[in-house]
Amino acid sequence: MALTRSRDLSLRLDRIACEGHGACAELLPELLSLDEWGFPVVHSAEVPPELAAHARRAVAACPVLALRLDRRPS
Amino acid sequence: MTAESVHESTRPMPAVTTDGSAPGPHGTRLLAGWFTTGRAADLTDHLDRFGPAPLDRVARRGDSSALVRAVEEAGLTGRGGAAFPTARKLQAVADGRGSAVVVANAMESEPASAKDATLLQLAPHLVLDGIALATQAVGAREAHLCVARTRQDQVHELRAALAERERHRLDPVPVQLHELPHHYVSSEESALVAWLNGGDARPTATPPRPFEKGVGKRPTLIDNVETLAQLALIARYGPAWYREAGAPDAPGTTLVTLGGAVRHPGVYEAPMGAELGRLLAYGGGPSERLSAVLVGGFFGSWLPAATALPARFTKQALAELGAGPGAGVLVALPERACGLAETASVLGFLARNGAQQCGPCRFGLPAVAEDFAALAHGRLDADGLHRLERRVGLLAGRGACRHPDGASRFAATALRTFAADVGHHLRFGPCPAVDHPPVLDVPTGPVPGPDEWR
Repeated sequence: MALTRSRDLSLRLDRIACEGHGACAELLPELLSLDEWGFPVVHSAEVPPELAAHARRAVAACPVLALRLDRRPS
Repeated sequence: MTAESVHESTRPMPAVTTDGSAPGPHGTRLLAGWFTTGRAADLTDHLDRFGPAPLDRVARRGDSSALVRAVEEAGLTGRGGAAFPTARKLQAVADGRGSAVVVANAMESEPASAKDATLLQLAPHLVLDGIALATQAVGAREAHLCVARTRQDQVHELRAALAERERHRLDPVPVQLHELPHHYVSSEESALVAWLNGGDARPTATPPRPFEKGVGKRPTLIDNVETLAQLALIARYGPAWYREAGAPDAPGTTLVTLGGAVRHPGVYEAPMGAELGRLLAYGGGPSERLSAVLVGGFFGSWLPAATALPARFTKQALAELGAGPGAGVLVALPERACGLAETASVLGFLARNGAQQCGPCRFGLPAVAEDFAALAHGRLDADGLHRLERRVGLLAGRGACRHPDGASRFAATALRTFAADVGHHLRFGPCPAVDHPPVLDVPTGPVPGPDEWR
């Protein structure tokens, strides 16, 4: 089946594009937090199925498109 | 008559002692010419000593993978810092889609290193042979040599060497010499690719890695110039000869830059896998009692002298100690010096010399440098130390390139190696050594402006 299953998803952060807006950590605190200057710390890049919808929302909320959701080769 | 017809075959190499250990003429390979003549090898010297690069041999067999196999059997690893197996990189680029590109990295931005500049000055044609051979091995139609714009003497010498080779038609693909801005992170391979593609000499986000998609989006082999010179020797003398020096798990020789409290600081060629204490002996050994050794330069790690001196110079042995061979820099720190002050000074340099692109280098690293300077000057309290440790831990793995990782390791190994000094500074303030001239020569330039990267 061609559909991507949510357990195949992982977060990818473009560190150069990131400006530290912090929306991602607000929407996905299970996987991301912010350092004292507001830049994300990724605790786990693997997105468990139950967080897939939250992860998509976090990706969509980034104003500079620095956060992406990649399919991991399974 | 061309040079090639005069020099029919490769010349024999002077015999090496069984472990390739003896300093001077016996045991040196890359720098053999220097010990014989005491001057930089021009093309005539080079051809007299080594003969021409065995390009015709590869071409005649129509089998460029023979060189890749020889490099693999030799066990050559990259000498720019990462110690990655060179054959695997060659193979990956050769297997890539479309015609490949070769880039020789002579940027040597590590302030404590001088080995690439020394090699290019004393034996430039070994490096240029290596470029020609690598070009052929990966099927490249384009070859670039990247040097720092600030080193104009080097630029003139290399231009002359390239012109001489062109007259003798030695290179199947002309080598283009490029003068790049000289900043610490401009030697990083993605920065070279970005510059050659018309952008700033600043690291970019990966993937894609340059071997997949590099210069002109083509598969790109980026090798340090010493690596290429070693390749030029392996192509001539073969893997078995290469392994006559060094150790089975770390074959061949390597260039090291010895600094700090050694009797004769400078660049030496020494066997891979030797104990660090033996490497220091190439420079006459310690000139006074040592407290620590900086392994790998500003991108490296501090180790206590008692740990460092018996440690073997291999990727694995050093990794077990939290260090790595890096670009072959060893700085011996004398007991009278303050390791914390030395570290603070280097961290200040690293903070000023990031690409100013990612959060950790723009904010985290300067904060770490500031805390560390406060620690060195006895102005930090216990809370400040906890904050420093937390900030150091948060740098690694959070940049587009490995600059914050290197700074984090540098600071963390300093806190570990100089733990007793840390306690002393917290309680009693700075040590007397803080007023002495520093051992490490740290450049003091300001943060490069946004228009200084092109």
